Amino acid sequence: MHEIEESNSKIQTSTVTGTEEFVVNMGPQHPSTHGVLRVILHLEGETVTDLDCDIGYLHRGTEKIGENITYSMFMPYTDRLDYIAAPSNNLAWVTAVEKFFDWEIPIRANYIRSMIAEFSRIASHLLWLATHALDIGAMTVFLWCFREREMVLDLFETAFGGRLTVNAFRLGGLEQDVPEKFLTLAQEFIDIFPSRIQDYETLLTNNRIWIQRTRGVGIISGEDAVDFGLTGPLLRASGVNYDLRRAKPYAAYPFLDFVVPTGENGDIYDRYIVRIEELRQSVKVIQQCLDQLPVGPVSCKTPRTIKPPIGEIYHSIENPKGEFGFYIVSDGSEAPYRVRIRPPSFINLAALKKLCMGELVADVVAIIGSIDIVLGECDR
Amino acid sequence: MADESVQGENSEVEEETSGSNPEEDSKEDVGRDIVDVLEGKFPGSSLDTEAFNNFEDELSITLKTDSLEEVALFLKDHEIFQFTMLVDLTAVNYPDEDLPLQVLYQLYSIEKNRRVRLKVKLKEGQSLPTVSNLWSSANWMEREVFDLFGISFSGHPDLRRILLPDDWESHPMLKNYPLEGKGERVYEKPQRKEIGE
Repeated sequence: MHEIEESNSKIQTSTVTGTEEFVVNMGPQHPSTHGVLRVILHLEGETVTDLDCDIGYLHRGTEKIGENITYSMFMPYTDRLDYIAAPSNNLAWVTAVEKFFDWEIPIRANYIRSMIAEFSRIASHLLWLATHALDIGAMTVFLWCFREREMVLDLFETAFGGRLTVNAFRLGGLEQDVPEKFLTLAQEFIDIFPSRIQDYETLLTNNRIWIQRTRGVGIISGEDAVDFGLTGPLLRASGVNYDLRRAKPYAAYPFLDFVVPTGENGDIYDRYIVRIEELRQSVKVIQQCLDQLPVGPVSCKTPRTIKPPIGEIYHSIENPKGEFGFYIVSDGSEAPYRVRIRPPSFINLAALKKLCMGELVADVVAIIGSIDIVLGECDR
Repeated sequence: MADESVQGENSEVEEETSGSNPEEDSKEDVGRDIVDVLEGKFPGSSLDTEAFNNFEDELSITLKTDSLEEVALFLKDHEIFQFTMLVDLTAVNYPDEDLPLQVLYQLYSIEKNRRVRLKVKLKEGQSLPTVSNLWSSANWMEREVFDLFGISFSGHPDLRRILLPDDWESHPMLKNYPLEGKGERVYEKPQRKEIGE
């Protein structure tokens, strides 16, 4: 009897209402953190009051590895950075090293490089759309996007033998010309893909639930986006027109015609619209590459051992995630003295706190999805 | 949308024309305008200017450590240069030199489509003023340099290790850090800690 009374009094004291900060540990094993990202959320009710990211679970010391192997040997390691769009990383590395030399890269090689880079943009954006929509609850988009992504990976396999880590390019051009079958398959893909983009848009663009979950959430202004060093679709969705394919054209981009889409509000919905439009522009670029593809060699003469002159360069390209750059210090030997990777995911993720403050906890998942991070590149 | 892409094309043409000029000129002519303005405003602040192969976008200015903060602020707010974006911040270790550590700041101006690299050289154990109050992107990048090179940034709001575990010893990107052996860790059962600490 006495015990029951005591427990009753305990219940009564605990029913006195009060609020306190609640700490939620999200990840590293959480499906919507897109890899091994741990986010520590401080909540007041359902509102995020503070946020801390814990990264580094996938740190492999790629920059340190780069200092100890030759320039050509580092190529496969770049595949493992942003493994969703591996050929883009390869392109960044080859163009960065080629900046040391005055090699004439054959035009055919440049066109194929641009084409493959755009295919990897499509592969990356499709995986982003699939998982981002799945996070918010749209299952069908996930299945449809993976159907098309499979076709892109088949294209990579036809051309280079690999699907995920393709090791696509070589210093001075390509290892060998792409087979005839690749060009026909690419044309087939380009013919059907625009209607597939239309299908995704049918499911999402005017979908009421999608709009309610994305519009006006995770807003960042253009000025703040520049201040945080954001690049890629994230920056363009905030209305800043900055695309390295235009600002500092590389490969065959000086000869290709495309529009750089920008958003206005800088919210999740605009990022979605910008990336969907980028898919369309990629199709346009690939079609031009296929139409204009010149015949000729695909590789220039390169020395047997590649020894860049003493000096330092910074070279960056427009990856699907943003500005992906290499800062290389050469001491004239076969191995670089220092390789710095400028990772767009790392720098974009740094703005997560800014984007999430004051938002609801359910929107954190949507915001992480809209940044489009790959932890392989973030942690290096 | 279309207008803005046309603007992008224009700036690219500008870059091409201005890039062809300095080829026959001497080395100093790349980015001469920036260096002149800096020397006029802060005499004696810059030590050296170089640009690999005279590339317009490879201009790199070595600064005195104590003038870094004011030069960075000046370049960011300058009405002509407008280096509003800090693209990259990293360090290089030259163990044989008197000042073995170099910290680099890659600045970019979206309006002018122009790049400049600021460099400062440090003694071992010397700290630098933070630039995270000027560019928010410096926050994590300074943490990374602190983590991998052991350079501390005074005034940084949250200077902790970022990629490596908190109890890691030494700084792996230093040249004397071995590739194998030392630095490998034995697993110890972690002490229970409050979440979020």
